[in-house]
Amino acid sequence: MNGLSFAAAHPGHTPLTDGLPGPWTAIAVAIALTLYPLVINALGEPFYLNLGARVLVFALAASALNLALGYGGMISLGHAAFFGVGGYAVAVMGQQGWLAAWMSFPVAIVLAAGTACLIGLVSLRTRGVYFIMITLAFAQVFFYLAISLPQFGGDDGLPLRVRSLLPGLSLADPMAMYYFVLFVAGLAFVLLYRLVASRFGRALVAIRENERRMAAIGYPVYRLKLMAFTLSGGLCGLAGALLANVNNGVTPHMLTWHQSGLLIVMVILGGSGYFWGGLGGAAIFLLLEEVLSERTEHWNLFLGLLLLFIVLAAPNGVMSLRGRLRRRAQAAKEGAPAA
Amino acid sequence: MSHADTPPHVVLETHGLTKRFGGLVATDDCALEVHSGEIHALIGPNGAGKTTLLAQLSGELLPDRGRILFEGRDITRLPVHGRVAAGIARSFQITSLFNRLTVRENLALSVQARTGHSFDFLGTVEDESDLETGALEAAERVGLLDVLDQTVGTLSHGRQRQLELGVALACHPRLLLLDEPMAGTDPEESERMGTLILSLRGRHTVILVEHDMDAVFRLADRISVLVAGRLIATGTVDDIRRHPEVIAAYLGDDEESEGRAHPLPGHTGIGA
Ligand SMILES: Nc1ncnc2c1ncn2[C@@H]1O[C@H](COP(=O)(O)OP(=O)(O)OP(=O)(O)O)[C@@H](O)[C@H]1O
Ligand SMILES: [Mg+2]
Repeated sequence: MNGLSFAAAHPGHTPLTDGLPGPWTAIAVAIALTLYPLVINALGEPFYLNLGARVLVFALAASALNLALGYGGMISLGHAAFFGVGGYAVAVMGQQGWLAAWMSFPVAIVLAAGTACLIGLVSLRTRGVYFIMITLAFAQVFFYLAISLPQFGGDDGLPLRVRSLLPGLSLADPMAMYYFVLFVAGLAFVLLYRLVASRFGRALVAIRENERRMAAIGYPVYRLKLMAFTLSGGLCGLAGALLANVNNGVTPHMLTWHQSGLLIVMVILGGSGYFWGGLGGAAIFLLLEEVLSERTEHWNLFLGLLLLFIVLAAPNGVMSLRGRLRRRAQAAKEGAPAA
Repeated sequence: MSHADTPPHVVLETHGLTKRFGGLVATDDCALEVHSGEIHALIGPNGAGKTTLLAQLSGELLPDRGRILFEGRDITRLPVHGRVAAGIARSFQITSLFNRLTVRENLALSVQARTGHSFDFLGTVEDESDLETGALEAAERVGLLDVLDQTVGTLSHGRQRQLELGVALACHPRLLLLDEPMAGTDPEESERMGTLILSLRGRHTVILVEHDMDAVFRLADRISVLVAGRLIATGTVDDIRRHPEVIAAYLGDDEESEGRAHPLPGHTGIGA
């Protein structure tokens, strides 16, 4: 699966290979996520099906952001816009009676990707803090648009009374909903893998490492970043379309900068630039939130403290711990014969 | 030297090239002409505008006025990556590499840019023999075969300067812009770099910015002298040594203090 032969010719890990998952991890993740509903059912806690679906949706959104932020080094504080555009697209089409998923989902993706492309065209001309601020500003425009236009339901958002329609499957059933989300997110993860494992993905990581050098050796840096940003936005829109279904509607909260910040927190928590960073971060965050909010009113405080602890223990995200353990084991192995 | 017989083939020319930074004229109406296959040294005191001129040739900076022709084609408005595709590559005065990547990966990235497919996001990357071959070829030319799998950040400064040249060579340029390739290197490393640069003659056209006058006189076919943004002279090594304006503006002190190794201030330690 690791096709980078020129990198794989030597045993060491470098940033070009760190972001690629091994096949065994992928298989383990796929099996665990497929079995999850069965375990939940056996335990008689069907409520957790919905939580599982939400984790997957946010895992997809965070992984989409990870493509831009973790792999490409573009710290976007505007991904709520793409998330929201995807969600609102499905909800607005639902209002008009356009419920077929094969229509609303592609529209959601294309609109989100188009939004990302337009925002990227402007914001990718800036660097650093300016980029963060410009992406934030653009996303705020979408937020204000959503709360001020009555067609979009204003402050209340839009309900999705009937979930998207699929041939031969009713999403009203929580189990079906979960597996649909898993199927769509799974496809998206395959696509993401192909992206980061391709020459395009390698160029993207190298741009993160040294943009000026990449230009100097002949890469169209701006176009490559714009492409990554657009793809990232499109996938985030897909996550939004799924969330509209899982939540039976959309609210302007999807478009707030808190939402963008939340996605960034998930990416950093899980591991920026690590393939499963988005999934890890989303799972940790949402599960902790769930467990804590059941037990105490002050769950926000405890969540904050726990996140702080995790980030201090694993500054590069939970997924980076594996590399650290591997390096430590290697050092021990090399150190032992010498001693 | 040996340019008398056949008329030289001009590879790169600039006309009235001008670049201002606020009130400062960093490049002042420059008309530079570089011949095919030559090593063309660009010398001048600190702040003369050498790096600024190179940046306009490589496309990083847009000139305020003037034109740049490369192999007869107007490239004044071509972006950096377009110029690399056209056959121009540069090295940086202050080393700028992928420090966390290996030497092999650094070189392979140059080859990937040249062989394309960087927008091929779904294509499998199974067959990477082209990258491997290109990286090995470049590593061999700059003498880095023994450290292929080392992380760049762990290499000595001299080795990094060699790689800086290597990644430019891996782009297969016809014109190489070298900005002080010997900056901050020790005598032994400079010697090696000098030999490397000599090995480029004939295979590439080279514009060499260098402060070490011994090296310049040894390596260059022709020399252009830049002072305060103006090109005050262009000629062979002997022409430049004798040029009255150059002596007055620039080499004067040295001619009097006979045979000093490094007549120019600031020839050491940049980017060390
Ligand atoms: N981006 C910039 N903005 C403003 N001024 C600049 C910029 N780049 C260079 N300069 C100024 O332009 C002049 C020429 O600088 P340049 O770096 O081209 O000189 P140089 O000949 O390469 O010098 P050195 O030998 O020290 O490398 C200097 O006075 C410098 O301060
Ligand atoms: Mg300079």
